[in-house]
Formats: sequence, C-alpha cells, structure tokens
Amino acid sequence: MSKAVTQNSCSYCTPLGASLAFKGIENAITMLHGSQGCATYMRRFLISHFREPIDIASSSFTEETAIFGGGANLHVGLDNLISQYNPELIAVASTCLSETIGDDLGLHIRDYKKAKTGESIPYIVPVSTPSYKGSHIEGFYLAVMALIQYFAEGRSKPDGAVNVFPGMVSCEDLRYLKEALFAFGMPAIMVPDYSETLEGGNWEEHHPIPPGGTPVELLKKTGQSRASIEFGQVIGTDQSAAQYLAEHHGVTAARIPLPIGIRKTDIFFQTLEEISGVSIPLCLRNNRGRLVDALGDAHKYLYGKRAVVYGEDDFVLSVSSFLLETGLHLSVCGGSGKGEGFKEKMTALVTESGTEMPIIYEGSDFKEIEIAAMQKGADIFVGNSKGYKMSRSFDIPLVRIGFPIHDRIGGPRILHLGYKGALNLLDLITNELIRTQQSISSVGYSYI
Amino acid sequence: MPALDILKARQNQVYKKGEDNFSLDCNKKSLSGAVSQRACVFCGSRVVLYPVADAVHLVHGPIGCAAYTWDIRGSISSGPELHRLSFSTDLKEQDIIHGAEKKMERSVRELVAKYRPAAVFVYATCIVGIIGDDVDAVCRKLERELEIPVIAVHSEGFKGTKRDGYKAACDALFKLVGTAEPEKPEPYSINLMGEFNLAGEAWIMKKYYEKMGIKVVSIFTGDGRVADIRRSHRAALNVVQCSGSMLTLAKMMQEKYGTPFIRVSFFGVEDTSNALYDVASFFKNDDIYKKTQALVKTELAEVYPVLREYRKSLKGKRAAIYVGGAFKAFSLILALRSLGIDVVLAGSQTGTKEDYEILKEMCDEGTILVDDSNPIELSRFALETKADIFIGGVKERPMAMKLGIGFCDHNHERKISLVGFSGMLNFAKEVHDTICSPVWSFYRKKAWYE
Repeated sequence: MSKAVTQNSCSYCTPLGASLAFKGIENAITMLHGSQGCATYMRRFLISHFREPIDIASSSFTEETAIFGGGANLHVGLDNLISQYNPELIAVASTCLSETIGDDLGLHIRDYKKAKTGESIPYIVPVSTPSYKGSHIEGFYLAVMALIQYFAEGRSKPDGAVNVFPGMVSCEDLRYLKEALFAFGMPAIMVPDYSETLEGGNWEEHHPIPPGGTPVELLKKTGQSRASIEFGQVIGTDQSAAQYLAEHHGVTAARIPLPIGIRKTDIFFQTLEEISGVSIPLCLRNNRGRLVDALGDAHKYLYGKRAVVYGEDDFVLSVSSFLLETGLHLSVCGGSGKGEGFKEKMTALVTESGTEMPIIYEGSDFKEIEIAAMQKGADIFVGNSKGYKMSRSFDIPLVRIGFPIHDRIGGPRILHLGYKGALNLLDLITNELIRTQQSISSVGYSYI
Repeated sequence: MPALDILKARQNQVYKKGEDNFSLDCNKKSLSGAVSQRACVFCGSRVVLYPVADAVHLVHGPIGCAAYTWDIRGSISSGPELHRLSFSTDLKEQDIIHGAEKKMERSVRELVAKYRPAAVFVYATCIVGIIGDDVDAVCRKLERELEIPVIAVHSEGFKGTKRDGYKAACDALFKLVGTAEPEKPEPYSINLMGEFNLAGEAWIMKKYYEKMGIKVVSIFTGDGRVADIRRSHRAALNVVQCSGSMLTLAKMMQEKYGTPFIRVSFFGVEDTSNALYDVASFFKNDDIYKKTQALVKTELAEVYPVLREYRKSLKGKRAAIYVGGAFKAFSLILALRSLGIDVVLAGSQTGTKEDYEILKEMCDEGTILVDDSNPIELSRFALETKADIFIGGVKERPMAMKLGIGFCDHNHERKISLVGFSGMLNFAKEVHDTICSPVWSFYRKKAWYE
C-alpha cells in the first residue's frame, strides 16, 4: 500500500495559484471564500517570495456561515471590498471549506448582482478551486481559464493580436516575454501579467491595488486574436485557455513547452515566426549564439554531473530538457502535480538524450525526493528554495530557481525563459559547481 | 476618529488619543472583505504547539495548512527537530467523499513507526468535522494501541479567531500536564509560559533565572519536550510571558493544581528587570533576591551606556507598532521610549478590552490605536503619522518598505533574539541600523528626471 502521509510537500493548495494569477489583472482584487486563515497564509507565502504588498481578502467564514452557507458573508465582503479598493474586477476563489459545505458561488454572485440592480458594480469572476483537487498550478490555470471564459468576446481575426498564456513564471520572465514579442513587432495580450503588480517601484503614496496588470478591456479582446500561445505540455484540456479560445472563438492554439533551454525556446520563436510572419529578429539570434558559445565554455564542468530537479510539472520538464542539453545528467525529477502525461513525457525526453533514466516522481514530496537522491546520488539540486533542507543535510549545492524563493532576495527577478534565461541558468549552475570544486580543493586555484 | 475611509463596521476599532472618547471594540470576528492581518483558529494552535520539538505535528486536511506552516517559525531546539517537518494527510477528493479517518490513522502509525515521537498532535482543519471524521475517537484508539499521547487539536479555521486557536492549544497541552511526576519537586521552580524560543530567547531567560537560583521545569513551548510538560504541574510558579496565548493554560493549572501565575514580559530593560524581580519577590527568599539584584546591576551596567549612544541618533524618531497580542505592544512602547522614540500608531490583532485601556493610558496624545486592522488603514496611518519605522510581522513588511518606512520584524520569523538585556541591545541596533540607513532618502522624493 502506498504511504498515507505527505511529508514536506512540494505542492501548495489550489487557491494559492488562483490568487497569484489574479494578481496579473489590472485593478483587480481577490477574495477567498472560506476561513480567514487561507487568505492570510497565502498572502504571507507570496509576500515572502515577492516582497511586495499583496492584499487578498477573505469572506471570513464563521461557524454560522459553515452551517447556513456563505451567501451573507460573500455579500458583506463584496460590499467592503468595493468601498475600500474600488476595483474594476473582484475574483472570488472557493476553498476546501466552501466547496465541502456545497456553497454555490455562482448563485451567491447572481443574488448579489440582483440586489445591486441599477448600481454600477465591478465585474465579479468566480472560480472553483477546492484545495483537495489538484495543486497550486492547477489553481493558476483554472483562474486564467475562468477569466477567459468570462471575458472573451467575438471571433478570431487574421490581423488580431497574439494571446500569450505564460503560466506560472517569474516577473522577469514576463518582462522578457514582452520584450521578445515587441522585437517581433507582434501586438500581444498576456494573461496574466503580474510583472509590475508584484515587482513594481517605490511608492509616493499608498496604492490599495498596485498599478500594472492586464487590462480587462484586453481580456475581452482575447476572443478576436489571431492565435494563442500557451506554455505547458501537461495542462489538462479542461484547464487550457488556449484550447477554450480555439473551440469557442476560433483562435488558433499553439500549445507549446515552457521555453527553457535551446530546443524549447527554438519552438517558441519558430511559433512566433509563423504567427507574425516576421523572421526572428537579430537581437534574439545573437542571444542564441551567445548561449551556444557559453555552452561550449561550460561543458567540461557539467558533463555527467547528476542533477535533482523539482517543481511544477512543466517547469521540471523544460528545465530537465535544458540540463540534458548542457551535458548534465538527471538523477531525480520530482513533479509537484499530477499533470497529464508528465511521467511519459519525462521518460521520452531522457530516452531521446541517451542518458541514464532518473527516478521520476509525480505528485512528489521532499521526503521522497530526498530518499531518491540518496539512492541515485546527486551533485546539484535545481529548484525552489524549499529544497534547502535537503541540500543542507547532504551538503550538495542548491541552485535556486522557480517558485518560491523564501531564503534569498530577488526571486521575482530570476530569468528562466528564452535563450537569455537559459544563459542565466547556465551561469548559475556552472558557477555553483565551480564554487563547490574550488572550495573543496586544497590548492585554492584562482584561475579555473 | 475623522476617518480616512474606514469601513463603517470598523469605526469603533480605530481610536485617536486626545480626539476620541470611547472604548475600543475588540475580540470581534474579522470582517468579511476587510483583508484582516489575522490568520485563523488553526494558526493560533499551530504557533503555540509548534515548538514542542519531540512531538509529531500532523495536520489533518488538504495540503495547504501544512505546507504554509512548514518550518515557519524561528523556534529552535537543543535536541530533536521533529517540529521543523511538515506532515499532512493531504486530503483529496475521494477522502472528502468517503471520509478520512483511516488515512489519518495510517498516517499516525507511519509517523510513529518512523520517528518514535514522544507524542502526536493531530490538528483538525476546516473540513475534518464536516466530512464526518471523529478525530477524538481515532486519537483515543491510537493512544491506547501505540502507548503514547495522541492528542486531537480542534483547530477548524472557521470556529472562532486566532485566540480560540490558542485555547485549543492550551486544551491540548493541559491533557499532558500532570501525567508524570518529577523525581523530586523543587521549591524554587517555575514554568516559563508563552516563550517560544525564537532565536534562542528561552535559553537567555532560563539562564537569568538559573543565575538567580531558580529551576525552570518546563518551557511552554520553546525548545519544548513532552516529558517536561507532563511534570510541569509540580513547578511552584507559572511565569506567563505571551499572555494572549498562554493565560488560559495558566488559569487551568491554577484551578486544578493550585499553581499561581504572574504575567511578565521579557522585552526591554524595564520589563525584563521586572520579570526577574517579580519572580524573586514571589519566592520571598533573601538569597534569591540578592542574586537577582546583582544580576540586574551587572547587566544594566553593560547595557545602559550602549543604549545612551543609540539614543543620541534616535531621539524624536517615530514608530508604528502592529503586533499579534497587545501585551507585546506595552513592552515595545517602553523599549522604544527608552531609545527616545515616540510611538505614533499602535495596534494588535487580538487585543482585549483591558489591553486597549492600558494602551490608551500609555500612549501620548495623538497616537492612533487600532484593533484587527488591515493594510489600507495601517499604511495610511503610518504615512499620516510620519512613522520612521514600522514594527510588525512579515505581512506588514513590504507594505511599510514600499512607502519608504523602515521595518523591524518583531514576529515569529525573527532570527535575532530580542528578549532580556542582550535582546534590548539587539533591538536597539536593529532599530538604529534600519532608521539610519541611507536608502530611505530615495523614497517619496521625485527622481531627477521628474
């Protein structure tokens, strides 16, 4: 029988991902429909990574609410949010509590709107994110899906923009994507875009809702775009906004891997070439050249070294793909979710590389990864800061990338995507391996 | 209070000394949609029990509650570190439909077989009761079979506020108290309560008391051990520091075992000295009293000259305080005053009526007091009162810094000890280094190109 207990989980609950995704919409605020603690814990978790003010409201369930339903609390909560934040959009995500008592968010919201007939109220978008179903990454996709289903209008036009659904990437990644799209001269609608809301500048005065994010007006236009690009190989079809737009608005969907490393980035830029009709700009070609050149510089430090990679399924797939390109070998690959076909895709990737098969985990926790790493041996850990305990107990270096980074500053500024991101990852990993070698050497070489 | 735009339902939870004349509303359920800085019942229980280092803490529910509290506090242990692991029954849809008693039972068995803990705490989160799990019954059964305490902690998030979580934790601890006897009861012995050994703070206080000739039987719950808790009822006195969380247990022990208690604070020079003298006075023993005098004298001689130096550059600066329990705010006000700093905004998540009356007394005219506040109020008041530093927890940190207000963490995550005499020096240094940093000079000013 499989084990019952989860120890040091790699995944978080569904509403966390939804809360993060909603941060990428302009003038929006999120309310979690459940206990006060959910909102506070998730705020704290996100704040420790982003180091930015993050307000998430709660409908603050009490015992009476759990018995009689959350309608009244939701009503008060919406009123209070409107008067304090004056938002354009309120996103309401459910929690394990509201789902288990069978609270119907859609119904409550309809009642609220009815009660406010004739008044101007914000858009209210519900999303069902019970914590016992899926993990934070599903919550993220479900939130994006809910927004698209709610707002998308019209039919695809050949001269429309391109929709980009980047998934859960860093603020720096989002900024990089915008630059790359600009370089192609391609008008784009990115959903979500928390690059400014979660990593903005200093303020002269308090902003209840931080500036930035994708405007609601653009969400509406996603139905008229010429195509959608969605990063992610293991997103369920019921969670794919690109798929939805293809089916309901005729927008061509390119569902491609997260562009980390050379081959996956090649696919991204080839896709953009096709959609835009513009050939890849010189600046991006130059980046690719620099990356290839740097791979040559780094290869001797990397070949055959064993890496443990963990994080969200799609993140693990693409990072692993890049690590194999550098000559590193994989020892353990731990996906935090249960993405469709994660194991198969991972196996295919390694088989193609001709290297030894790593231990591959779905829905893994850190205890499993730790035991597997002990069995297989490892030279480096690659993933979020929650692997630190493992790295410390084995005295094996950890390269911190992905989400969350709770023990360093600058997590939101880590670039992973594109040739430029791969170059960044290459430097981080290679230098960490060199540092380890240098510090255990009795000679103390000063030229490496 | 001439409201900025405070929610109507919260207007009696905001007060300006000198302008307003009413008693602050408090101990209320958080208002829906108000973005309270509070957590929930589970959080209250978890923070109090968390530092018990040789117990397994199993969170029964979907993954979130366990994941967000993994290694969340800076409570350190001199031995086992089971508390720093995160255990969850990680409930899935099938468990919700069919119930999860079996999964919980198997989880406890796995963990006990693997880690041989001295006790198991099983935290019931929001949905456990709703899906019909009888956690108490399963715990009783496991306790009989495994022959270690397996204690259900009723911490369903929605069943009250964080304070109710403290109470659930006290109930759980009380089940352990009195279940073992010490080899020989010591006449001059105490338990430290509401001291969580953040950054080794419990050890600092323990050392002071030992120097005075007093034995510390058990610390609730910093560097906590189940065996010490079990025999803690034989201590002569309970010394309660974080009163919000532990007063309930102290009262329960007084009722059942006749153990008297006193309330103290270990923050700041004045309060630390009082905490030592109050205990010494309780025992009415000349030797203890003399040792206490000598200890305080030596420590003060070391601390005062340094504090005087800090005071020179901090005089007239302004501080905003927002903390969990109000008792901490009292000490902070005194400590800040001793550095020449004025407190312009003070508030707490879980203060009581009595707490706020004391706060009103202590504060200067014009100081704003808040109960169960939120980011909009806190940041606007901090700006309005021109605070130079904000003292609070992680959630207040970015809010303050975004606006160019320095920040000092006085919450569970701090890595620097702030208690006792040495802690006051650390506190003064942190406040000084924060306020005097040149970085703030770039905030709330136009850039050269504007």
